[in-house]
Amino acid sequence: MAKVTKLKRPEMSTKDNIYLIGIAKGAFITLKHAFTTVFGKTRGADSLGSSGTGVTMQYPEQKWDDELPEYYRGAPALVTDEQDRERCVSCQLCEFICPPKAIKITPDEISSDDPWAKVEKRPKTFDIDMIRCIYCGLCEEVCPEQAIYLRKDYAITGTSREEMVHNKERLYEIGGKRVGLVNKWNELK
Amino acid sequence: MSDTKTITEEKKLPKDIASSEGLVNVQVDGVWIKVPKGTRMIEACKLAEQHVPHYCYHPKLSSPGNCRMCLVQMGMPPRLAPGQTPEYNDRGFQEIGWMPRPVIACANTVAENMGIRTTGELVEKCREGVMEFLLINHPLDCPICDQAGECTLQEYSVQHGKGTSRFVEDKIKKPKNVDIGPRINLDDERCVMCSRCIRFMDEVADEPVLGFIDRGTHTKLTCHPGRKVESNYGMNIIDICPVGALTSKDFRFQMRVWFLKETKSIDINCGTGCNVTLWSRGNEIFRVTPRQNDDVNSTWMPDSHRLAFKSLHTDDRLTDCMIKSEGAHKVGTWQDTKTAIASALAKFEGKDIAVIGSARQTNEELFLTKALTTAVKAENFSLVPRFKESDEKLISADRNPNTTGAQIILEMDDPYAGLEQIKTRIRTGEIKALIVLHEDLLEAAAFTSEELSKLEFLVSANTHASGTASAADFVIPVSGFSERRGSMVNVSGRLQKMNQAILAPGKTLEDWEMLRDLILAITGEKNETYMLEDILKQIAATYKEFSGITFSKIGDLGKVIKETGVTIPLLEREKERINNKEIVG
Amino acid sequence: MDISFLYPLIETVAKVLFFTFGLVLPLVAYSTYAERKLSAIIQDRVGPNRVGIPLTLLGFKKDIPLFGLIQPIADGVKGLLKEDFTPTYVRKFFFWIAPALTAIPAFLTLAVIPFGSQITIPFIDYTVNLTIADLNVGPLFVFAIASLSVYGITFAGWASNNKYSFFGGVRSCAQMISYEIALGLSLIPVLMFFGELNLGSIVEQQAHGGWTLLPLWNESGFILSEAYWSHQDAFLNWFMLIPLGIAFIVFTVSIFAETNRMPFDLPECETELVGGYHTEYSSMKFALFFIGEYTAMIVGSAIIITLFLGGWSLGFGLDRLLLWDHELGAWKSYAGIVHLGCFMTKIVAFVLFFILIRWTVPRFRYDQLMRLGWVVFFELALINIFIAAIILMWNTDGFTTVPKIISIISLSVFSFLMIWLAKSINTKRGSHSMPQS
Repeated sequence: MAKVTKLKRPEMSTKDNIYLIGIAKGAFITLKHAFTTVFGKTRGADSLGSSGTGVTMQYPEQKWDDELPEYYRGAPALVTDEQDRERCVSCQLCEFICPPKAIKITPDEISSDDPWAKVEKRPKTFDIDMIRCIYCGLCEEVCPEQAIYLRKDYAITGTSREEMVHNKERLYEIGGKRVGLVNKWNELK
Repeated sequence: MSDTKTITEEKKLPKDIASSEGLVNVQVDGVWIKVPKGTRMIEACKLAEQHVPHYCYHPKLSSPGNCRMCLVQMGMPPRLAPGQTPEYNDRGFQEIGWMPRPVIACANTVAENMGIRTTGELVEKCREGVMEFLLINHPLDCPICDQAGECTLQEYSVQHGKGTSRFVEDKIKKPKNVDIGPRINLDDERCVMCSRCIRFMDEVADEPVLGFIDRGTHTKLTCHPGRKVESNYGMNIIDICPVGALTSKDFRFQMRVWFLKETKSIDINCGTGCNVTLWSRGNEIFRVTPRQNDDVNSTWMPDSHRLAFKSLHTDDRLTDCMIKSEGAHKVGTWQDTKTAIASALAKFEGKDIAVIGSARQTNEELFLTKALTTAVKAENFSLVPRFKESDEKLISADRNPNTTGAQIILEMDDPYAGLEQIKTRIRTGEIKALIVLHEDLLEAAAFTSEELSKLEFLVSANTHASGTASAADFVIPVSGFSERRGSMVNVSGRLQKMNQAILAPGKTLEDWEMLRDLILAITGEKNETYMLEDILKQIAATYKEFSGITFSKIGDLGKVIKETGVTIPLLEREKERINNKEIVG
Repeated sequence: MDISFLYPLIETVAKVLFFTFGLVLPLVAYSTYAERKLSAIIQDRVGPNRVGIPLTLLGFKKDIPLFGLIQPIADGVKGLLKEDFTPTYVRKFFFWIAPALTAIPAFLTLAVIPFGSQITIPFIDYTVNLTIADLNVGPLFVFAIASLSVYGITFAGWASNNKYSFFGGVRSCAQMISYEIALGLSLIPVLMFFGELNLGSIVEQQAHGGWTLLPLWNESGFILSEAYWSHQDAFLNWFMLIPLGIAFIVFTVSIFAETNRMPFDLPECETELVGGYHTEYSSMKFALFFIGEYTAMIVGSAIIITLFLGGWSLGFGLDRLLLWDHELGAWKSYAGIVHLGCFMTKIVAFVLFFILIRWTVPRFRYDQLMRLGWVVFFELALINIFIAAIILMWNTDGFTTVPKIISIISLSVFSFLMIWLAKSINTKRGSHSMPQS
C-alpha cells in the first residue's frame, strides 16, 4: 500500500504575516525588471530583429518570413504532382476531420475520356473558409493522397467574407506543384 | 413432498430439459446457451452476442459458404466406445472434444452439447489468412470508393487483418466502372466473390442475370450475355454487396456515407409502406435504403420507390403562399392567406363546398382534414384513389400509402367513393368552392382545366407546382415525405411511423400546422393543439383502434392495429422458403 | 465699471473648469497611457507606440509616432464613435444612469482637494485660493461623496441582467462598504493630530511643521539644527509616527480596495466574472466607468498626499521661503503655481506607485479580502486610535501618572481583546476555506 505522507503547510512567521516586506521586495523586483526593459536588456530583445522590447516585432515593418521554422503551419493548400494531375480525389476525409468545419467539397466524376479516368473522382469545388480555418493541420495529416499541405502563408486577408473563402483555383495557386510524393495512380508504379 | 421434487429435478440433465422445449445446448466461447434445434452456428453465435465475420452469408438468401470468412472452431462430445456410458460433469454436460480444423459457421447447424469457439489462435489465424487472400488483388481505392465507411472489407481488415501486405507481384487488373444496368455500376476489382448479388437476382428478384466467369484469381462477376440488371429490385444488390463492387449510379460519388444522418422512416409510394432509412446531410436527402422489418418488407424495397425521393429536390417545389389577384399569383404571407381563405369561405354554404383530401396524408393530417370539413360545413368530401397493378412482390395494388388509416379516421369503408359525385357537381356548378389537399387533380383524378375553371373559389395545398395549383385562387406550400412526421397504416393494418429527416424549403409550413391554423381562422375557436402529439392524443381518444397509441409506442417496426387480411406476396414466399429450410429468415 | 463683485463667481467657475477639465481629465487620460505603457514595460512588451501625429491623413508618407503619446486621444475618440450597444434585456434607466453615477462622485470629490496655496492675479490684485471649495469638513465630504459611486457599480451590475455582472456589482458593493470603515477609522489619528478637518489648513500646518510622515523640520528649523529639538512638538512628532504610520498603511491599502484597483479588483475579475459589472457596457458608457475609476484613483492619491505627504508643500522649509519670507515677497504671487506643480508631481508619483503595485501583488481571494478589511484593518484602526490618543495626551498637564498607567493597561487589554478576536475569527474562517487535510 502506498504510504501516505501528510504534508503541513509551512507556518508563517509574524514577519511573513505582515506582508509589507514581501510587497516591498516584490515591488522592487518589478521595478528592476521595468528598468532592464527600458534599457533594452530583456530576454529576446536582440533576437528576431525585434523592436528592442522583449521579442515583440513591429509587424508591417518587420516580418518574420525569413525566420519561419520548418514546421510552421500556415494556410492549407492543394498541390498537383509532376504530371500536373490534381492529387485530390475528394475523399472528403479532410472535410470530416476539420474541427471548425472550414472545408467544403463537392465531389465530381472524372469523365471517361480523361487520361486520368481511372482515378474516377476529383473535387468539383473545394472551398476552405479561411475565416474558420484554425491552421491545425489535421487535413494534411488525414489526407490519404498527399494532396493537401499547410504552406507558410500566414497573412490571409480580405475585404469580404467571400474573398476569405479559398476556392479550388486559389488553393492550387498557393499550393503549386509538389514533387517526390508517392504516385500510386501512375501506371509505372 | 418438496424434497422428492428436488431430487427428480436434479436427476434431469440439461439436454433432456432442452430437448423437451425443442432446444439444444450449445457452448459459445465457454458460455452455455440454449438455441432452437436446426439453428445455423452463425445464428447461435449471434444469440450468444458473438459476432462472426462473414461476407457471403445473408439470412434472407441461401448459404453457399464460399467466402470462408466465418470459420470457427467446433467441438463435439467424444464418440462413445461400445458399452461406454456418457460421462457428465457436475453441471450435466459432457466434455467437448475440439476438432483440429475449422468449419464454416454459416452452413452448419448446431447439435446437442456442441462447442463453438469464435476466438482463439486457430480461428484468428484462419481469419487473418482469408483476409490476406481477399486483399491480394483488391485495389487501394478506399479514398474514391463509395462503400468506404460502410465496407465490411475495411472493418474486417482492421479487426482481423494483418495490417500489411506481403504481396509483391503485380495485381491482377479487372474491368472497372462496368455498366451492368440502368441504375447500377460494377467495379470488378473490388469484388470479393461472395455471390450475394447472384443469389439475390436468382432467388428474390426472379431475374437470374448475374454470374461468375473465369477461374481462380481471374474470376469476374458479370451479366449473362445480352442481359442487364433491369429488375425493379436490382438496387438491393448494392445494399447487400459487402464491398464497393456494386455502386448506385445516382448516389455514386455524391457524398461520403459518414456525413449522412440516418433517419428511420417509411416509404409512402404504395400501401405496403416499406420501412426505409433516409440518409441526409444538411437539408438534402442523398439516398434511401430499405430497413429490415420482417413483417413488411423483409430487407428489400423496389427501385422505383427508392428513387422517388428525388422529386423532393426539384425546382418546382412551392415555397411561399400565393394569392391570385387579377389572374396572376402573388407571394403572400400565411397570415394574410389564411384570413383571406377564411373570409372567402364564409360566403359559401355547406352544400357549395367540397374538400378533396389525399390518402398520402398521415392519420394526423386526415384527422385535421376531417375537422376542416366540419368547420366549413362542407357536404362533399373524398380522397383520390390510386389503384394500379400489384407486382406480386412488394408493391401493393393500392399506391396510396394510408388507405387503411383513412378508412379508420374518416370512418368510411370507401373513402374514394365521393370523388365522381364531386366531379359531376362541379360540372353542373353545384359546387362553387373546392379545397384540395396534397393532390394534383388534373394528374391524379383526371379532372380537366375547364372543370376547375368553373369553380368560384379553389384552394390548393401541395408540395409542387401543378395544374391544380396554377388554377387555384390560393396556393399553400406543404411539406413532403421526409419533411414531416406522422403515422400511417399500411395495407396489412400495421400502424407505422414516418419521421422527419430534413426541413421543408422556404416558408413551407408543416401540414398539421397549416390545417390547424386554417381551422382556427375559420372557426375562430381556440383549440388545444400545440404539437403533433396533441393530435395523436385526440385520435387515440376518438378511435378504438388507436386507443393507447403514442408515437413512442408505435416503435420503429410499427404495430398492427387492424386485421385487414391482406398479405404481402414477397413475405409469403419468404415464409415458404424458411419452412423449406432454404434460408434462415 | 467695477465688476469685482463678480470675481468670486468667475473664480469658482474658472477653478472648476480648470481643475476638472484642465488638470484631472488629462491626468486621467495619461494615467491610462501610463498604465498601458508601464504594464508593457514590466511585461516585456511594447505598449502603445503607434498613435502620433497622423501625417498620413494630410497626404504624407509616414506618421510621427511620438511613442504613442496621442493614444489617449485616440481612445477617447474611439469611445465616442463606437457603436453604443444596449442589450435588449437590460433595465434601461439604471443601465444608463450607472456610468454617470460612478464618474460624477469621483469628480465631485475634487472640490475639496487643495491643489496649491494661493495665486495673486496681477493687475486686479485678486488672491485666488487653489481649492475649489475650502470646506471645513474636507475628509468627511470626500467620504460621503465617494461612497455614492458604489451605487453606480451596483446598479450597473444589477441592471445588466447578467449573472456575472451582478456578481461583480455585489462584490463591489460589499467591498466598498467594508473598506469604508477602515478608511474612516484609520484617519481619526491624523485628524486628532491636526485637530482640524479643513484640508487646506492641514496642508498649511504640514508646510510649517513638517510632513506628517516626514517630520524632518519644523517652524524652528531643520532636524540637524538645535532649534528643531527645542520646539515643543519635536518629540511628539516622532512618537506620533507610530500611529500615523499605521494609519498611512491602512488608509493606502483601503484606498486601493475602495478604487477597485489591483490587487483588490475582484468586482471586475476577468478570470471569474468575464468583465465584472461592466461586461455589458460598450463605447462611452464603458469609458465612463474607466474615467470614474481613474479619477477615484487620483482623488485617493490626492487625499493620501494631502494628509500624509505634505499636500502641495515643497517641504524641507522651502515653503517658508516662498510664502512667508518677506525677502522673496515678489514671488509670493506665483507660489501657488509652484505648489500646484509640486502637488501634481506627487500625484503622478503616486499613480505610478498604484500601477507598480498592480503588477506586483496578485489578486486576493474574496474571503481573504473580506478578512483583511473586517478582521485586520478594522481592529488595527481601533487600536491605533487608542495609541494616538495616549501619545497626544502624554505631555498635557492633567495626564498624571495614574491615568497614564490606567490608559496603558486599558490599551493592552483592548489590544489583546482585539487580537484574540481577530485570531479566533481567523482560524474559524481559515478552517472553512482551506481544508488542512
